[in-house]
Amino acid sequence: MPATNSPNFFKQSLLLENLACTRGGVALFANLTRSIAPGQLLHIAGKNGSGKSSLLRILCGLLSPSSGQVKWSGQSIRADAEQFNAQLIYLGHIPALKGDLTAAENIYSAALCRQETPSMHAVETALATAGLPSLAHKMVRTLSQGQKQRIALAQLHLKPSKQFWLLDEPFNALDADANYALQKCLQSHLALGGIIALSSHQEILLNTNNALVRVEL
Amino acid sequence: MTGALHLFTAMGALVQRDLSLVLRRKNDSLATLFFFAVVASLFPLGVGPEPKLLQLIAPGMLWIAALLAAMLSLNRLFADDFQDGTLDLLLLSTIPLPLAVLAKMIAHWLSSGLLLSFAAVVLALQFNLTGESVLILFLSLILGTPLFSLIGGIGAALTLGTRGGGVLLSLLILPLLIPVLIFGAGAVEAHQAGQSVAGHFYLLGALFVLSLFFAPLATAVSLRIAVE
Repeated sequence: MPATNSPNFFKQSLLLENLACTRGGVALFANLTRSIAPGQLLHIAGKNGSGKSSLLRILCGLLSPSSGQVKWSGQSIRADAEQFNAQLIYLGHIPALKGDLTAAENIYSAALCRQETPSMHAVETALATAGLPSLAHKMVRTLSQGQKQRIALAQLHLKPSKQFWLLDEPFNALDADANYALQKCLQSHLALGGIIALSSHQEILLNTNNALVRVEL
Repeated sequence: MTGALHLFTAMGALVQRDLSLVLRRKNDSLATLFFFAVVASLFPLGVGPEPKLLQLIAPGMLWIAALLAAMLSLNRLFADDFQDGTLDLLLLSTIPLPLAVLAKMIAHWLSSGLLLSFAAVVLALQFNLTGESVLILFLSLILGTPLFSLIGGIGAALTLGTRGGGVLLSLLILPLLIPVLIFGAGAVEAHQAGQSVAGHFYLLGALFVLSLFFAPLATAVSLRIAVE
């Protein structure tokens, strides 16, 4: 078994097969086929309302496509949903945090949904890596939008890492430093063979050109 | 150190998390209890202070009041999670959704039905019920109130994201809870009339087991539809 820091730590690949999505009677996209190998980033770009969030929700199985299917390591993600869920982190367009829990408790309860119990130390380390050591025990409802976004993103630093990250507009509300830190974090995840699907209006700078798969909706 | 948690341990931890949320927002549970007490206190004012009459109607009245009070908190069973996005985490959980949903229902019952059952004991005293009748009332509520959370959960999931969901939820769920009311209140009335209460408890138990199995499944399906 390769060490967690070696390249190609993750092996699975993602396949989008003839995906189509219709919302409220409007066809958002159709015949979308892409293959994403370990270490590649799927950048979903497009205008507001073009179906970026819907595509991300289809990729993690929250939404069923009107036709086509998503395959994870050659198998439909619907076939063994719990097994697939164990390998992904989905961060939606609003940070999924409970206002009445502290930042650390929020990260803990998100991990709990994946049947993991990270120690308080592990959670605090993840928050510190995200540059938020002082917020760990603050109630989330007292924090700003940008801080909430960064707490949600701090989950990405939690070990053991998940291969498949789905990030809906992760750069929203982030300041320049946090933006830079997130780009670095994405790059190091790709270096491990991770797969990232994200929607963003900003260009993402990667070390190697062939790591980027672009979808324009 | 991180390790995969056993399914039921994870469910227990989910219940614990929901309960700690309830403790941090105590007014929701307190409002339910106060509503229960106020409704129960309105009846003597409305029907008159005749002790015999009050003793006669107390079981049914306390059951109705508990039912209405439980309705208050039901529409928030999933609505809060839906609003802040944490429902997605539950849907993408490695815990099978019906079990995750069951964990939420258990937490809901602990923070509403269980409290109401204890409050009913206190309120029953002011209606001059005998000690044994109070015990029967308490036991029937302990067995019956989980049904509010279980069957109510289906309604809460179905009305998720609709406007005026609270009223719609009550319209959907109250008719379904009629059997629970009949056998629950009936148990106490049977005891007052000197009859056996076993039949009522068997039927309540049967309803409980039936919905314990089917309600989480139905709720899980409704939730998946609601978030699409």
